[in-house]
Amino acid sequence: MRRRAELILRFTRAERWVHRTTAALTGVCLATAACLYLAPLAELVGNRPLVVTVHVWCGLALPVPLLLGLASRAVRADVTRLSRFTPADWQWLRAVRARAAHRPAGKFNAGQKLYAQWTLGSMLVIVGTGLLMWLTHLAPPSWRTGATFVHDWLAAAIAVVVAGHIRMAWRDREARLGMRTGLVERHWAEREHPQWQATDAEREHPHWQTTDAER
Amino acid sequence: MGRRVVLGLLGLGAVGVAAGPYLQRAESSLAERDPSGLSGLLPGNNGFRYYSVVTSVPERTAVDYTLTVDGLVERPATHRLADLQAMPQRRLVKDVQCVTGWRVPDTPFEGVPLAHLLDAAGVEPGAKAVRFSCFDGAYTESLTLEQARRDDVLVALRMQDNPIAHDHGGPVRLYVAPMYFYKSAKWLSGITVTDAVQPGYWERNGYDVDAWVGRSNGRDDAPTS
Repeated sequence: MRRRAELILRFTRAERWVHRTTAALTGVCLATAACLYLAPLAELVGNRPLVVTVHVWCGLALPVPLLLGLASRAVRADVTRLSRFTPADWQWLRAVRARAAHRPAGKFNAGQKLYAQWTLGSMLVIVGTGLLMWLTHLAPPSWRTGATFVHDWLAAAIAVVVAGHIRMAWRDREARLGMRTGLVERHWAEREHPQWQATDAEREHPHWQTTDAER
Repeated sequence: MGRRVVLGLLGLGAVGVAAGPYLQRAESSLAERDPSGLSGLLPGNNGFRYYSVVTSVPERTAVDYTLTVDGLVERPATHRLADLQAMPQRRLVKDVQCVTGWRVPDTPFEGVPLAHLLDAAGVEPGAKAVRFSCFDGAYTESLTLEQARRDDVLVALRMQDNPIAHDHGGPVRLYVAPMYFYKSAKWLSGITVTDAVQPGYWERNGYDVDAWVGRSNGRDDAPTS
């Protein structure tokens, strides 16, 4: 494997841990959901009470990594970046639709911002409807039917979108290394996120690394 | 854009919860008229779902299946599958309603009325309830004697006009038509007449013992029987 040169910091340790633990919890929730929901898997696994307990507690824990991560300044800064849509982002979306080459993006491109916002929104809804299903005395039964309906459909949508997320990561080794090690090559950053270093508030405190070692 | 995606999803979620019961009904009626069966793949579809509380359930066939009747009875007995098949049978066609929400319309069940088995064993004075045990080794259920003697409570041998498959609790399961489906214990292996109701497996986990459809567990489904 070629040595990676001129690495810059993309994700701090806190950011990587938020991602890692959220991903693990999401994975367990989806896997246990499949064991509760898909008849062949349910027959194979059985143990319904245990699977339900794991599903419920991992589901309740879903927002915890992000909430804890907010203690980190880097996490807060990325949350701010991800929640702001700029004119460049609209341009990026138009360029994707037209299959054009010029795709302006800061640290996160418009697709990543949409994905992050979807993740937060769908997480809140899936946890909320899950609570209505779990704490049966919280709301009248018709709410529970509605919550079950939303929970089922949203879970299916989340599975599809997560698969897309993994596919995007699968196709870009440098992006994957960025999330695993925190560091990316500068020329990758300049190609994929041309406005990141220039427009970023981090400009005053550049995290340039001269080492080529992975942390 | 920005936060609008998050807020939009929250709004959609709230609308979905409010409209869910209607959407669920629309989806179910669509599925009933769908000849391809593809709608069965949709989330939230109706149809039987497989619930088991243990890792694996042994298979029993006509060769090794037995149903014991004991407790406060004058003539304890052990019935083989052929014995049960030789007894008077009753066929009921009613909706099946699960406490988790799914409902399967017009499902035929056929088997020996539980009252017949109780009469054959001769219930002793002082008996108040019936406890059911299952050969999965974990599941239990119970009914009051009065509930157990209803004519819509069967020891079912057939379901959907076929012998009951293993996954549906075969070869013999309980069928309590007027109650939520967790009362219809799968893999039935024992009937014990007792002097008091002993809460079953799910009932020790918070579900109602008297599980009338539409009048228990905080639900308002249409009665099934």
